[in-house]
Amino acid sequence: MSGTVDAPPLLSVRGLGKRYGVQLGCRDVGFDLWPGEVLGVVGESGSGKTTVLDCLSGRVAADGGRVAYAKADGTVVDVLRLDEAARRRLLRTEWGVVHQHARDGLRMGVSAGANVGERLMALGARHYGRVRGRALDWLARVEIGEDRIDDLPETFSGGMQQRLQIARNLVTEPRLVLMDEPTGGLDVSVQARLLDLLRGLVEDLGLSAVIVTHDLAVARLLAHRLLVMRGGEVVESGLTDQVLDDPQHPYAQLLVSSVLQP
Amino acid sequence: MTTRYNFAYLDEQTKRMIRRAVLKAVAVPGYQVPFGSREMPLSYGWGTGGVQVTASVIGPDDVLKVIDQGADDTTNAVSIRQFFARTTGVATTTRTEAATLIQTRHRIPETPLCEGQILVLQVPIPEPLRWLEPREAETRKMHALEEYGVMHVRLYEDITRHGKVAQTYEYPVIVDGRYLMRPSPIPKFDNPKLDRSPALLLFGAGREKRIYAVPPWTRVRSLDFDDHPFEVEHWDRACDLCGARGAFLDELIVDDKGGRLFICSDTDYCARRRPAGERMPGA
Repeated sequence: MSGTVDAPPLLSVRGLGKRYGVQLGCRDVGFDLWPGEVLGVVGESGSGKTTVLDCLSGRVAADGGRVAYAKADGTVVDVLRLDEAARRRLLRTEWGVVHQHARDGLRMGVSAGANVGERLMALGARHYGRVRGRALDWLARVEIGEDRIDDLPETFSGGMQQRLQIARNLVTEPRLVLMDEPTGGLDVSVQARLLDLLRGLVEDLGLSAVIVTHDLAVARLLAHRLLVMRGGEVVESGLTDQVLDDPQHPYAQLLVSSVLQP
Repeated sequence: MTTRYNFAYLDEQTKRMIRRAVLKAVAVPGYQVPFGSREMPLSYGWGTGGVQVTASVIGPDDVLKVIDQGADDTTNAVSIRQFFARTTGVATTTRTEAATLIQTRHRIPETPLCEGQILVLQVPIPEPLRWLEPREAETRKMHALEEYGVMHVRLYEDITRHGKVAQTYEYPVIVDGRYLMRPSPIPKFDNPKLDRSPALLLFGAGREKRIYAVPPWTRVRSLDFDDHPFEVEHWDRACDLCGARGAFLDELIVDDKGGRLFICSDTDYCARRRPAGERMPGA
């Protein structure tokens, strides 16, 4: 076998479970994510999509399971069992988290430039000019004008805030990005531009990503593979086209057939 | 001296408790040690933290100096000095070099401190990350994990808006290469005096119930950017009373025609530089 086949997946999740008291968050979720791959997690509200993402990023503590992550240096760590210092370092360096609401992911009280520069400074950048230069560079890549660098995110439109959040995460060139409904709450034309941008960035940077969305159109555009979730469990998984064009599980069939075709 | 109170007002058990906190603070420079702050006969914000630290380290042979914004003769300084004179009977002084123990609010004396002296600073808000992160549990975690990037976000923001770091007091420092510390509201002019100070520096926050310390000869570095290095304030003029250059000057408005004086904030330093008998103009 060749070396590339031997290489471990970037992220390997097995038996991930979470209960909120008697309420089930998710149960026995498992998948592999390979380098450069975008995995979409789809399902209706309350199906456990966001719980899976929150367990991965450590925002909520999973009850059980294993999340093996292959770090840039080649070692494989179980993210659920990392101590907090190492987990937070991972989140600052090799991972990025894009929240559904830009307010959760941005510092609303400081300028766009400071938002983008924060991760750099957290990693030890101590040269104002260079931090600002990188911020300008990244604002341009997410199509935010140079003249907006000193403005507060509050003065930005919803779509711009979302793009700013993406720039803020990608500035340290993470290997894995977790996104929760990145296009939620945006109108369709703004969504389309954001999707274009995301697609370009994922390709240019060779990013791997887990994207949670309830919007099958978003999933079709961005994701290589899909997990369909219902009631906290994965009911179907496979290549995006396969799942969307030939769904096997009754719920997946229902989900696909519920989409309005304009 | 009247003996209706215990020596230095606090009871011995309380003093022991505070001394334990002080020892821990000295052992972990810059770390905020919680302690059981007591009600003191003065209101919060007037130096309850400093008074408790002073009360627990003062001994009968100490010589005490108390200053408030550099001055020995303002209300707060006079009251606290009298308080300790009455409850301990120790000698008091205004001369920096004659004191063994100095309690101060918001200044470090111009006269260099020396080994063996203890400087007690009154601290209103000990947490340097307070206005950046509202959750106490989170700020403690950030200290534990040395996650101080957000402090630089604030400096970045200052440079972006004002062209320089606009913070002029309680300018954040890193103590001994480890803990981020809020040096109480001293002007940043005094920050260089924290670095490798020969005197022991103790910080007491009464309302927030925290004690922290900079032991003698400890490295204290003010945060900055490589291309925007830390700078202290300077004035293009000398003190109008004593002619000192390079001291921290207060601006004083002396009439309603726009007349003003710039005078040393450290009254002891200023008074002893002036010829004997000279008084302030108009005084």
